Amino acid sequence: MKTFPRAAAALLLAALAVLAAACGKPGSPPAKGPRGDELPHYPVQTRFQLPDSPTWQKAKRRGHFAVGVKEDQPYLGERDPASGEYRGFDIEIAKMMSAALGFDPKGIAYKAIASANRETALQNGQIDYYVGTYTINDLRKKQVGFAGPYYRAGQSLLVRKDETDIKGPKDLAGKRVCSAAGSTPYQRIKADHPEAVLVAYDTYSICVDNLLTFQVDAVTTDDAILLGYAAKAPDEMKLVGKPFSEEPYGIGVPLKDPALRFAMDDALEAAEKNGNWKKAYDATLGLSGVPAPKPPRIDRYTVS
Amino acid sequence: MSSTALYDVPGPRTRARHRLYGVAATVVILAVLAWVCYLLYDTGQFEGQKWTPFEYRGIQELLLRGLGNTLKAFAIAAVLSLALGTVLAAGRLSWHRPVRWLCTLLVEFFRAMPVLVMIFFIYVALQAEPLTALVVGLTLYNGSVLAEVFRAGVHSVERGQHEAAYALGMRKTQVMTHVLVPQAVRAMLPTIISQLVVALKDTSLGFLITYEEFLHAGKLIASNLDYDLPFIPVVLVISPIYIGMCMLLSWLATWVGRRQRRNPKVEGEVGPAEPGTLLPGGPQG
Amino acid sequence: MDVLTHNWSLYGKGLLGTVELTVFASLLALVLGVIMAGFRVAPVGSLRAFGTVWVTVLRNTPLTLLFFAVLLGLPRFGLALPFNVFAILALGCYTSAFICEAVRSGINTVPVGQGEAARSLGMTFGQTLGAVVLPQAFRTVIPPVGSTLIALAKNSAIAGSFSVVELLGTYKTLNELGYSIIWSFLWIAVGYLIVTLTISALFNVLEKRWGVAR
Repeated sequence: MKTFPRAAAALLLAALAVLAAACGKPGSPPAKGPRGDELPHYPVQTRFQLPDSPTWQKAKRRGHFAVGVKEDQPYLGERDPASGEYRGFDIEIAKMMSAALGFDPKGIAYKAIASANRETALQNGQIDYYVGTYTINDLRKKQVGFAGPYYRAGQSLLVRKDETDIKGPKDLAGKRVCSAAGSTPYQRIKADHPEAVLVAYDTYSICVDNLLTFQVDAVTTDDAILLGYAAKAPDEMKLVGKPFSEEPYGIGVPLKDPALRFAMDDALEAAEKNGNWKKAYDATLGLSGVPAPKPPRIDRYTVS
Repeated sequence: MSSTALYDVPGPRTRARHRLYGVAATVVILAVLAWVCYLLYDTGQFEGQKWTPFEYRGIQELLLRGLGNTLKAFAIAAVLSLALGTVLAAGRLSWHRPVRWLCTLLVEFFRAMPVLVMIFFIYVALQAEPLTALVVGLTLYNGSVLAEVFRAGVHSVERGQHEAAYALGMRKTQVMTHVLVPQAVRAMLPTIISQLVVALKDTSLGFLITYEEFLHAGKLIASNLDYDLPFIPVVLVISPIYIGMCMLLSWLATWVGRRQRRNPKVEGEVGPAEPGTLLPGGPQG
Repeated sequence: MDVLTHNWSLYGKGLLGTVELTVFASLLALVLGVIMAGFRVAPVGSLRAFGTVWVTVLRNTPLTLLFFAVLLGLPRFGLALPFNVFAILALGCYTSAFICEAVRSGINTVPVGQGEAARSLGMTFGQTLGAVVLPQAFRTVIPPVGSTLIALAKNSAIAGSFSVVELLGTYKTLNELGYSIIWSFLWIAVGYLIVTLTISALFNVLEKRWGVAR
């Protein structure tokens, strides 16, 4: 047993040497796929006031917004693992909202939150609002408020490039289909195509990983998300079929804060009019090759 | 090796035969290792492209941040577990029956539950932050196990010691703090450190509730399409660090244990904490 | 309360998944553990070294890391197996290291005289091990193996986060269906207690029949 500490120390040292090689290149490895360097700039409305919104008041005292986002969705909400920087269309929407409500977008504290924990995070005040492929539906409207929608996606299927059997959701019988636990796409496949074998993870990136290692046959979720992945590895994956659902993306806000919700609705409408919305799209999601669609109509619903 | 019941000191012919077996076994083991290396090579795991991410300072810092978070969770959980263990052990040694019962119930319950169930419960039902959920979950479990270790340690001190102390007119607290605990701690130290190894290993459960620890950092790199999914390289980098840390701590436990066996002041030894043996009707119950 | 009565099949499937994982992983761990213990007491140096490395590495590996490496790593070598097979592999290998240590210390408690007597009767190494030492070691090994297997049952909860159907994972579905989280967890806890108490009762019986009187 005398060799024990030496073996342990050697293991540690070897691994740390790989890590802490003093001559590390600065920054992070280059990203694959197209990358927009020209992100739009949003002027901060410094004189903006929203006394009716407790969330806004809390942010005012704090000096910045805390925003929940996704961290593994290329061109929508993606975090560079090394620099910790967030990029994507959802991130642009988050910045847009922050600027319109009087806070410098540079100060936003981003928090990566998995699909299954979104409502919880909004309810217990971990975040002020959530922008991350958050589909508006009636069940969720009972738990959180939704500003927007700011984008309309639809559920689709991502398969390996050489896949020929799967052309649409009808071909999923007996196939292993992966999606995020607790997400709308997961529940839809479960309800409409019970013959498919469902596999669930917390994040889509593990699903895509499973797809490439033949552990699952398809990944299903909104086309916007899948497009981003396909654009990163176009030789290995492709989208099949037409979107088979409508997924209006909204900004999640705390349920008891309609003032914040309506203020964001106004801000979104303004951004769509002055061209900032399209600029944000072109600099992010547009890089996957799909031209900017017409933004969906804002839904200022009232809670009965 | 001559002290096992299995074989005598081998003679010359047996030694020769053993050498032959040794060579054969070595060949087989090396062949398996070579096959693994070939598989790794064949599936392109040694391609430069998959390793380049580690050259960047950003990635190195990401991994070090993750490692820091792992050690942070471990440090907090270790301190709190020791504190909780002390409180629960004191409760179980109390002369008041309700206190004793309550502490026994808590210890038995937390030892019988999977740590992960507690961590998820705190995270999902009580809506705590990942770090809080992880640390509280680890503390409840390891604290309960340590409580049993402490109790066994105090019991392991020779009876004459506390009889003598009471005869001198010391109060119960004095007997504990001046006589029993100082002697018990020496005997318990290796077991306590071994239990801390368990806590260190279990910090990786934080990965499952998105606490940004070491494994989480590894996953971020491994599942990134930009870096060509360097999963195996990530595993090859992070597992030696994890295993090395745990081995160092385990080795510390053995070292302390060996040192104390030579020390005449320490009598007896506290056996390793067996997870969940004291279930009602359990093997030792 | 209705969480349980409304979701019998869901809970049942989860519990069955946990039991399945526990049983198969236990079998794998016992077989591997005994083989490794044999290696560790073998008179052949390289086998001893292999056994030692196996035990040392696995005992010091966080189980989550092992799950991560096995469930997401092995498919990269063209090995496409069901998720629960991978989980059984990870759990079984991990636990085998602890079983090995229990068995080895059991072997070491057998008095030297027993082996000497066996050999003086002309028994070979295999006979000594199989007919004299292991049957005696088995008795002292029952309690530690029992608690190791209880730990295995508890550790199987990790598999739920790697898309294996098991008990802890049911909370996600129940949460989506809008049931009370606290009650869901209560029943999950009861499920684990049932599994661990069953193992503990089983080993109690074993110990009563074959255990060493102490």
